[in-house]
Amino acid sequence: MEFVAEIVISALLVMAGLFGLVGSFGLLRLPDTMTRLHAPTKATTLGVGGVLVASMIYFWVFNGLVSWQELLITMFLLLTAPITANFIAKSYLHLNRGTEKLPAAQDCREWATYAEAERAVEPVMTGAPGQDGPNA
Amino acid sequence: MLRRLYPHPFLTLLLIVSWMLLVNQAKLGSLLMAVILGTVIPLLTAPYWPNRPALRNMPALAGYLAVVIYDIVKSNFIVARIVLFMPNSQLRPAWVSIPLDLRTPEAITVLAGTITMTPGTVTSDMSEDGRTLLVHCLHAPDPDGVRDEIKTRYEARLKRIFE
Repeated sequence: MEFVAEIVISALLVMAGLFGLVGSFGLLRLPDTMTRLHAPTKATTLGVGGVLVASMIYFWVFNGLVSWQELLITMFLLLTAPITANFIAKSYLHLNRGTEKLPAAQDCREWATYAEAERAVEPVMTGAPGQDGPNA
Repeated sequence: MLRRLYPHPFLTLLLIVSWMLLVNQAKLGSLLMAVILGTVIPLLTAPYWPNRPALRNMPALAGYLAVVIYDIVKSNFIVARIVLFMPNSQLRPAWVSIPLDLRTPEAITVLAGTITMTPGTVTSDMSEDGRTLLVHCLHAPDPDGVRDEIKTRYEARLKRIFE
């Protein structure tokens, strides 16, 4: 049992390390900011996920206690990674205003990053479903 | 009465579970602390979050999580192969505009987070009226296909869960 667990844990750690390495390598070799942004979001999913699963199995088999804190780490990572990526993308859009060719949004609206403050449009999203905007 | 004391029952539940995970031990004292936090924090933050997000379909939520985890694992391998073996000259990065059918902010947030966490796509911006998402793809020879996949695979499921 312990031998099998050791093999599984090692395999998970090696796989996680490889994905972390590929993520960092991608950061080096991809051509520009937006493509490079894809690399770190990868390393956090399978790379960190593999280490966390390995840690759970280790504490469960060798210390006899189930450790759930790894789930919490996963949850916080899943919450924070998209927000960081979003903000990096937004500052990239600001820095490259006019040079980057963006597709048009629905109803000819501006993208929020480029919208002028004085003619900001009230969002049509509603919290209460069922009483939506005109298109619903 | 119960509704006024617990304006966001799912938030209360989430806080209790997070606190129990944080202390990492099943003791009565920790549970009491968790319940106190789960009661006080939603009450204090309720003015900033007036509408209660509706979660209509819990089995669909579990199914959605399974689909997302499967996609994360699958596309990790796809992106790893692109990073390792595809020369930059063959790479076709693309911006994709995704018109949204979802209207609740919570559902759109989950969709945007899902798009970023599944490798190969990053949610970059939203239109000023909140009805379109701007997504960047690492390698998309067929941008329309990416848009259709996101709409059918994730958005349709989220619509069943939240709206």
